[in-house]
Amino acid sequence: MSFVEYSDVIQDGDVAIVYLGIDSTMPIKVQKGAQTQTRYGVIRHSTDLIGQRYGSKVTCSKGGWVHVLHPTPELWTVSLPHRTQILYTTDIATITMMLELKPGSVVCESGTGSGSLSHAILRTIAPTGHLHTVEFHQQRAEKVAEEFKEHRVDHLVTVRNQDVCKDGFGVTGVADAVFLDIPSPWEAVRHAKTALKRQGGRVCSFSPCIEQVQKTCQALMDQGFEELSSVEVLLRVHDVRVVSMPLPDFGPDPSAPPGPDSRGEAPNHASIALKTTTPPREIPGHTGYLTFATKPRT
Amino acid sequence: MADNGDEDSEYRIKVGDCVVLKRGDIFKAMQIQLGKKVIFEKQWIFLDKTVGQLYSTTFDIVSGGNLLPQKPKNADDASDAKEAGTDNRNIVDDGKSQKLTRDDIETLKEQGLKGQEIIQQLIDNSSTFRDKTEYAQDKYIKKKKKKYENTVTILKPSCRILAMMYHGREPGKICHLRYDTLAQMLTLGNVHAGSKVLVFETCAGLVLGSVMERMGGKFVLLTLQSLAVAHCIIKQPLFPLHSGHGSVVQMYPGGGPVRAGMESFGFPAHFHDTLHEFPICHVNALLAGTLDTTGKHSSAVEKQSDKDKEKEQNQPEAEQAGEQQDGPEDPNMETVTAEEARVEKEKKEKEKRKEAKAQEKRMKLAAAVAQLEGRNADGLIIASRFHPSSVVMGLLKFLAPSRPFVIYSQYKEALIECFTKLKEHGGTVNVRLTDTWLRHYQVLPNRTHPLLLMSGGGGYLLSGTTVATDTAKPSGSQRVEEPAAKRQKLTDTEG
Repeated sequence: MSFVEYSDVIQDGDVAIVYLGIDSTMPIKVQKGAQTQTRYGVIRHSTDLIGQRYGSKVTCSKGGWVHVLHPTPELWTVSLPHRTQILYTTDIATITMMLELKPGSVVCESGTGSGSLSHAILRTIAPTGHLHTVEFHQQRAEKVAEEFKEHRVDHLVTVRNQDVCKDGFGVTGVADAVFLDIPSPWEAVRHAKTALKRQGGRVCSFSPCIEQVQKTCQALMDQGFEELSSVEVLLRVHDVRVVSMPLPDFGPDPSAPPGPDSRGEAPNHASIALKTTTPPREIPGHTGYLTFATKPRT
Repeated sequence: MADNGDEDSEYRIKVGDCVVLKRGDIFKAMQIQLGKKVIFEKQWIFLDKTVGQLYSTTFDIVSGGNLLPQKPKNADDASDAKEAGTDNRNIVDDGKSQKLTRDDIETLKEQGLKGQEIIQQLIDNSSTFRDKTEYAQDKYIKKKKKKYENTVTILKPSCRILAMMYHGREPGKICHLRYDTLAQMLTLGNVHAGSKVLVFETCAGLVLGSVMERMGGKFVLLTLQSLAVAHCIIKQPLFPLHSGHGSVVQMYPGGGPVRAGMESFGFPAHFHDTLHEFPICHVNALLAGTLDTTGKHSSAVEKQSDKDKEKEQNQPEAEQAGEQQDGPEDPNMETVTAEEARVEKEKKEKEKRKEAKAQEKRMKLAAAVAQLEGRNADGLIIASRFHPSSVVMGLLKFLAPSRPFVIYSQYKEALIECFTKLKEHGGTVNVRLTDTWLRHYQVLPNRTHPLLLMSGGGGYLLSGTTVATDTAKPSGSQRVEEPAAKRQKLTDTEG
């Protein structure tokens, strides 16, 4: 198991994702002899997990069951323990494409936060790329470095505990792409420029507030970045449902011939079943604005 | 230039490169060929002068359609305190404020004036320009730039650029797949190097190319010992892989796979080593175990795909071929002339080539079968005009358990049906029907606001993960994905 490569069988030391139901997942550190509580009962790692195929159904002690899935960055994003507000897959996917990330890309990122985006970047740039990620909070930096190791991706990433606005990313002229998700990204723009390759590269800044976006765009223009583009992406989920809509009773129709094909004995019992989708009650209406730009050759 | 030569060689335009021409928001994919006139935005140009220049260079189009690299820009024209008004209360739009006529402007163009210079002339000859507010002046200049600047930028192709190009130019060719939707597909599908991805698409090859870009081509299986040697040769950090595979299998309908969009990416040769193709007309046979890829029954296999190919292309040719075969059977021929001997020889060589081609086809098919028969693919991406339920039910069996699938459709209803079928069939979890909404912003001091909203015409996605299929029927499961009004009771399904 690793977050950048599939395997088929669950092994001791793996991180697996337990799928309990829609919007209900839980990461598990597989360990010989260990047990995990779920609302369907206990999962015994040695008998239920180790040696089983990823994707298997696991019956828990209370008789209920769950599925155990191979970890992916997307599953990790919805199950990881939050230390900060995280980026979700919708934004991550847009960032990945707009920064033109691919195997071999060298990326600089700050702040690392809970590592949601970091894992997705690592998956995309493996096996020959590298991620330089900067986190100014010491405990978060340590925690995320630990997770990278557990997830068998630490060879692809360097975590630095420093302030990107003061000290930059710790590398110069190597990055194909830079990502900023910090309170004052305009202060880090010049460091982004330094970290990017001389021949050029892409930059992205994520900010919840429009004032931050304005300041960042100004800084990008001042530093000679081109092709500025600010967007927001929202996800809409459609819940598939069968709904039943009753038919109105307009009373017996005197003009209709009394034929043998009378639909339904009594018209007021009739209804139509409709297969449709409904939106959830509340949808995330805003995460942040994404600003992209290109550094020209310098 | 000498010191940068080697370092920058991969950033230089070469003959034969696949590139993308850009002006503003208009993109067009093209191949660099010498002496060839190409059309871009209603202008005929030659790309010859771009060879040897760096990618992302902007060129001016000069007379004769030749390209000249632009000089580095000076600070924008006199951004010092220009005369400007405060609002438009006294500006009357009578269409008479521009003193230059269309003919005057044409003359200026013919005189070879650059776009920047023409714009300056327009400003100087506008009676209302200095009354406009600073912002209105800015907007005016931007508008004129768009109209009169005769430039083109040569870009290296990427998924981002090609997806935007196809969506802007030929959305019909890609089932109206918007680029942010494509971005979601690649991420939800967990497309990454070393995985085995199945792609079924009728998006001109754009989706295929995008998947291939995220796979990164061929990676060699390395051990720690060979790392040291390899590092010296390739000069890049390398890491040992545990599995050697990384492949894309394109499942295609009809006679042959469509790859135009993929070719526009300009991938190096080793990318093609990881690409396989498999005609869907053999899917059932493959799943049943009755597909034969050796020479013995190949006539059946070939006849099927030949039939499809001929249907699509060679109808008049097929008739001619039929006629030719009747010729030599003429019983009145007694002597073999030199002409006829040549014809015989040509025929024999044609047969040989045909047989070699058929053999190559069989080998390709066998290679694709080898990828598929293990039913252990790591991802399934579907984006087509075909009815998605039928497609996914046919192809889902090739996926290993605990692997993602993503289905794109222009129409929500088609995916609603797909959702239902998948639920009935079982073997999948986390199935979600979604679409994304993308909004662009103009960010300028005191002028920040969203742009024209993009229509919801980006298409829909159905995504999920496979699980191990077993005897328990999903409809008897203890919980339903569609939330019920009451709390579910746990039932004892298995001991």
